[in-house]
Amino acid sequence: MLRIECPYCGVRDEEEFRFGGESHVSRPSLESSDGEWADYLFNRANPKGVHYERWLHSYGCGRWFNVARDTVSHEILAVYRIGDPKPTLPAEQA
Amino acid sequence: MALQAMVSEPIKPCLDTVVLSAAIHMYVSQSDRGELVIGGGADAYNSYAQRGGLPVLQDNLSALLELFPAFSRLRLMRQWAGIVDISPDTTPIMGKTPIDGLYINCGWGTGGYKAIPAGGDTMAYTVANDEPHPLIRTFGLERFTSGALIDEGAAAGVAH
Repeated sequence: MLRIECPYCGVRDEEEFRFGGESHVSRPSLESSDGEWADYLFNRANPKGVHYERWLHSYGCGRWFNVARDTVSHEILAVYRIGDPKPTLPAEQA
Repeated sequence: MALQAMVSEPIKPCLDTVVLSAAIHMYVSQSDRGELVIGGGADAYNSYAQRGGLPVLQDNLSALLELFPAFSRLRLMRQWAGIVDISPDTTPIMGKTPIDGLYINCGWGTGGYKAIPAGGDTMAYTVANDEPHPLIRTFGLERFTSGALIDEGAAAGVAH
């Protein structure tokens, strides 16, 4: 069971949240090619290690936010708001 | 993602077929040793942990007990999870790639056991002839660029 700290409501159980996939994926321009558009829609980094991802507090405040989570240990390393830059994590340098 | 399964303590024969419910996403069968093999749920988030989350296990067992209330007194012996590769449209990706001589056959997560004999056969044809077998022509990597995605629910027998 993940215990996720919503930046607006505090720590809650994983079942209150919905996973929203990788974060910091930016939409290409309208003039982009089919290939660029497909890359934006479907290709993800899927790292083994630190993953920057979006979560929605669907059974709480209903707001989106970002989480940095280790995909091996499931440890949550940082929680930050949408629009905030990626945090620097000491663990990443190891 | 981590897809989990579990095994109960052994009991006398009581279930002579595989029961699968697409509506509540659970399967159960009884092994020759008498253990019930139960599974069906994957965590919603990316994971390389090879262990499943508790909420999914709970959903899975609740679904089982909806169908078979009598199993509620059994104890679980083992529970584990494997990493499954699930493509964006949950259908396998098979065929040629932009690199000459490199073929791909992946994304079988949730559906591989049943469909891989046909998958292997058509893939062998694809490599031998350097062109996709007619049966898998629509399963190529290029479907993500063309937009012709496939919802191949029949392969996994579960709702996507």
